[in-house]
Parts: sequence; C-alpha cells; structure tokens
Amino acid sequence: MKTIFAFVVAAAFLNAPALADEPIALKLKDHKFTPAEIHVKANQPNLIVMANEDATAEEFDSTSLKVEKVVAGNSSGNVRIRPLAPGRYPFMGEFHSATAQGVVIAE
Amino acid sequence: MLATLLIVFREIIEAGLIVGIVLAASKGVPRRALWVAYGVGGGVLGACIVAAFAGELESLFEGSGQELFNASVLLLAVVMLTWHNVWMAGHGRQMAREMREVGAQVAAGERTLTALAIVVGVAVLREGSEVVLFLYGIASQPGTTTASLLIGGALGVVAGVAMSALMYYGLLAIPAHKLFRVTSGLITLLAAGMAAQAVLFLQQAGYLQVLMSTVWDTSWLLPQDTIVGRLLHTLIGYSDAPNGAQLVAYAATIVAIMLLMRWEHSRKPRGDRIPAAAPAE
Repeated sequence: MKTIFAFVVAAAFLNAPALADEPIALKLKDHKFTPAEIHVKANQPNLIVMANEDATAEEFDSTSLKVEKVVAGNSSGNVRIRPLAPGRYPFMGEFHSATAQGVVIAE
Repeated sequence: MLATLLIVFREIIEAGLIVGIVLAASKGVPRRALWVAYGVGGGVLGACIVAAFAGELESLFEGSGQELFNASVLLLAVVMLTWHNVWMAGHGRQMAREMREVGAQVAAGERTLTALAIVVGVAVLREGSEVVLFLYGIASQPGTTTASLLIGGALGVVAGVAMSALMYYGLLAIPAHKLFRVTSGLITLLAAGMAAQAVLFLQQAGYLQVLMSTVWDTSWLLPQDTIVGRLLHTLIGYSDAPNGAQLVAYAATIVAIMLLMRWEHSRKPRGDRIPAAAPAE
C-alpha cells in the first residue's frame, strides 16, 4: 500500500514527456470515425484528440491500445496512445460499434 | 436488442462479481445486506451524476479529469479492500468459529462493512456511468427500436445481477472455516488488479510515464476482450499485455496486503482470540 502511495506521489512530480508530434485530430460524426485509419510513428507516445460531433456520448474503446475513454456528446477528449510497436491496433466506439470502427497503424 | 444486452451485461459483470465477493466476504455480519444496498444505491446515484457531468469532468486537469477520477476511485477501492483484509486477519478466525459453533453474529464486523460498501459503490459507479451514458444515448434517439433496446438493457442488468448471485452462491459452497481464507485471497487479487488498472489510467492521463513498454503479450492465448478474458480481468486483474509499471503495482499491492495481514495477525494478543471453548452441543 505504502509503495503504491509513494508511486502515485512520485508520479505527480513527473512531467509527461513532450509529444514528438502535433496532436492527431479524430472526428466522430453519425457514429463514424474520420479518419478511420490513423497512422502514427511507432515507439513514441501520441495524442489523439477526438471531437465527438454527435449529440450522444461515445466511448473510444480499444483492448489492443489499452484505452477506454468516454467522450461526451458535442465535446472533445484526449486519447493518449502509449509508444507502440509497429502494427495494427483496432479501436471502436463501444456504444455504436456497428458503425464506429477504426484502426491505428504504427509504423 | 441483443447488442444492447451484451454491452450492458459486459459493463455490469465487474460490479456484479465484486458485489458477490463482498457479500460472501461479509457472511455472518449483521446488516451487511443493508450496507451493500447503500453501496449499490450510492453507486447508482454517483453514476448518474458522473454521466450527467461527463463533459465537465473531462475538461478538468487539462483534459485528463476522467482518467484521474477513475484512478482515484480505483485507488480508494484498493485502500478499502486492504483495510477489510487486514481487519479480517485480526478477527476472521473468531468470526468463523462463532459462525460454526453457535451461529452467533459478530457485531464488531460492522466496522469493516463501511469499507466494503465503499468498494461496492465504487464498482457500481465506474461501470454504471457508462451504462447510463449508453442507455441515455439510445433513449434520446427517436426510432421504433428504442423500446426493444431498452428491454435489452434491462435484461443486461438482470444478467449482471445473476452473475453476482452466481459468484455469491458459488463462494458459499466453500466450508465456513475456509471461506474467509478464500475471500481474503480473492480480495487481495481484486485489489492488485485494481491497482494495476489505476496505473494504466494514470498513464493515460499523462502521469507515471515510466516502465511503459509491454512486458509480455498473451493476446494470442487469451484476448482480454473475450468474456473469459474480461472475467479474469475483473477477478485477478488479467491483462493480455501488461506494462512494467502495472506489474510493479500489482506485485507491490499483493506484498503490501500480505505483510499488513501478517502484522495484524501477530499483533493481536492471544487473549483477544476466542479461547477453545467447550462445544455448545
């Protein structure tokens, strides 16, 4: 327990490393992502800013990216992508997974 | 309807399993159902509030409010589970004995119920806010299918509750004198998994950017998004591709809880435990 606390306290003083590139814009409209294919550089952290232009909330969900992020309707949210090994990492809008599908390609 | 049922069920599994474990862990403690009900009620209320203010929550802490909130409530649950386990290490033997011999209720057990009620509340809050957002989204869309989708949602809730009951009665099949040992173990792993999950949220929020590379990948064997993967994720914190910081948090939590339990167990003076009294019969 103490170790965890020490960890969290230490973390509060650590600054996030600067992102190598500009944030990547991702739009959700009519429960579809644009672009549905996002290319990122491998082995460096990336930031996706998801603009949800639908009226309803959506959850950016990806098991392979280890991200679960709710973005409220008509607002935007940050999705941090950890440094990835080259490969394909699918993601979806969990609340409308029939249409809201996309993939992050690290290369 | 089936899709809705599955989504709601998936979100509720976690809370359901945790409620089942908590009920089994507090067996024999008076008024535990009331406390668990407080936890569920508080969690549902909290979930609605979180869902209503999802946008505002998000904009806190430079867009990392949601992640920090999730990490905080998870760490709160870890602390409460630890407290429960440590307390039980001091009193569990006594409780088990009394239950077995005279079926008496241990009034002192109520103290740790606050902790368990908070754990239940946190679990319901986290999963519930997503369910609320999802169902609200459906309900606000005009269409003829709304009713059937809502029925699907309701069935999902029922299935989640059934999961909870299954967990509870499954655990009750364990003999009373072993039950607390089993629930202690389950709660330790539950706490460790939550700590690892909290680390992931902190990393998503931009903090704790250490040991972030994946240590191993078992997604070829058991992907985390299958039902079994999800169940194990909830119960023991299974991750198909954990990173270093998560593993450290997981191991540290287990070690810390075990050390605290051992310390509490040995700290209790002998006289505090129930002496080997003559059997009632």
